[in-house]
Amino acid sequence: MSEHAAQGWRARLLSETPCSRREAKLGQAYRGWLQFRQNRLALLGLAIVVALIVIAVLAPWIAPHHPHEQNLAQRLLPPGTGAHLLGTDEFGRDILSRIIYGARVTLYIVVLVALIAAPIGLIVGTAAGYLGGWLDAALMRITDVFLSFPSLILALAFVAALGPGIENAVIAIALTSWPPYARIARAETMTIRNSDFIAVARIQGAGTGRILFRHVMPLCVSSLTVRVTLDMAGIILTAAGLGFLGLGAQPPMAEWGAMVSSGRRYILDQWWVATIPGLAIFIVSLAFNLLGDGLRDVLDPRQKK
Amino acid sequence: MITIRDLVVSFGQGRDAVHAVRGISFAVAEGESFGLVGESGSGKSTVLRALAGLNRNWTGGASINGLDVAQRDARLPRLVQMVFQDPYASLHPRHTVDRTLSEPLEIHGIGDVAARVEKALAGVGLGANFRFRYPNQLSGGQRQRVAIARALMLEPKVLLLDEPTSALDVSVQAEILNLLRGLRAAQRLTMILVSHNLAVVAHMCDRLAVMNRGLIVEEMDIATLRREDPKQAYTRQLLLASKGYDREAAARLVTYD
Repeated sequence: MSEHAAQGWRARLLSETPCSRREAKLGQAYRGWLQFRQNRLALLGLAIVVALIVIAVLAPWIAPHHPHEQNLAQRLLPPGTGAHLLGTDEFGRDILSRIIYGARVTLYIVVLVALIAAPIGLIVGTAAGYLGGWLDAALMRITDVFLSFPSLILALAFVAALGPGIENAVIAIALTSWPPYARIARAETMTIRNSDFIAVARIQGAGTGRILFRHVMPLCVSSLTVRVTLDMAGIILTAAGLGFLGLGAQPPMAEWGAMVSSGRRYILDQWWVATIPGLAIFIVSLAFNLLGDGLRDVLDPRQKK
Repeated sequence: MITIRDLVVSFGQGRDAVHAVRGISFAVAEGESFGLVGESGSGKSTVLRALAGLNRNWTGGASINGLDVAQRDARLPRLVQMVFQDPYASLHPRHTVDRTLSEPLEIHGIGDVAARVEKALAGVGLGANFRFRYPNQLSGGQRQRVAIARALMLEPKVLLLDEPTSALDVSVQAEILNLLRGLRAAQRLTMILVSHNLAVVAHMCDRLAVMNRGLIVEEMDIATLRREDPKQAYTRQLLLASKGYDREAAARLVTYD
């Protein structure tokens, strides 16, 4: 694209008179991006998250070895030995390849939990906040019950009941992570429901469902997005914790938490076996936190300077 | 066109109940513009919200064009629409003007959306280039024009106006009032205008009722208001107060109950 064409694009996105709904929306998004770009740390977080996604998608092509391929003759090699950039674990499996495949598991958990927990929280919270009355009381007491459990312990109980495995870990984490979203969505809805634009929708004859889905929820989504992104780190850590306790991913699946767990036995002599997956968890959690902070500056108008 | 009988609106229940409107009756003929005037807290906006169906905690009778407001008739939205005081609060912040104006059409399954939206924008003096803007790209007066256009999308016969200009700059107020006068003449609208500003009411209405503490103190026509010849002492005091601050007049203010 030539310099001139790029300038034309930008002018059109920033135009005060967009020509279609899509153009208006893209313009808003572009303004948000320009603001987001100011925040260097958030950009770093975004870059790491994008890298995680790329690595997860391309895992079979970029991993030097198969993650389950054992070679007992080459077990516990230190980083940089031969073809193993990050060394090998106790079965002689290439740690770099396992980290790369582990990105898939981490992403799978994070995305699934977000896709399950956020909509549940959004629907429960907006319905409770908008409709009020006994429905509000009932929904919020249920939320309180879930909120009063320590999430890792509740997840443990679920996994113990449903059996260990990555799917059950996802369900368990999702079940424990929706209550805060319901709380946020309810609080937002309470401030929105008495506003004039909702009154207008009612006078126009819009039904409750329409008001909830088309008028209330779009206003709750941005604060919820911020919160979910910030929670991603916690989700990754809980998943890793479950993996570490042997209740999440099962061997031989390459999952970072489980890798830390199995490397624990060699921590004094072969530090890399546990440290490298630990570092991966740390970097990705930090990236989601930085990204969430940057998103909050853009999406949450109350935080604006 | 509009009949209200013994309307009582209360908030809260039992001993804590506050009666914002304590039994008022009035009628507005078709094509008439009726003003409701009073101080803050006199219950004038509450009457309007009850008529619009936003508040259902009332007793008495209210009907518009023969439809009982209490029945939540599905035909009411296409008969009555409302314009609110604060144009910064009455437009959905994440909806473009286009979406705001199409919404009532979509709810009622009316087709030909694009043409109707452009026509409505032209009707309130906004060009087609405003169509895909967000509310934060509009001034207060432009927002109120959009709110008026939205109220007229369903081609209602009755327009309820709740202080439609009091949140706007003085220079913009006159524009909006003239726009409303023009629209009323062109679309033969019946209007109820709530205001604390007697000059606005005198400019817009044929007849008015003065409210105090949830009751109608006096009904009169505009000629009486212009002659400054009301019957009730409260109305005389309101007229005096509307002329601006005067130390002696302020000292003589009485609370009427």
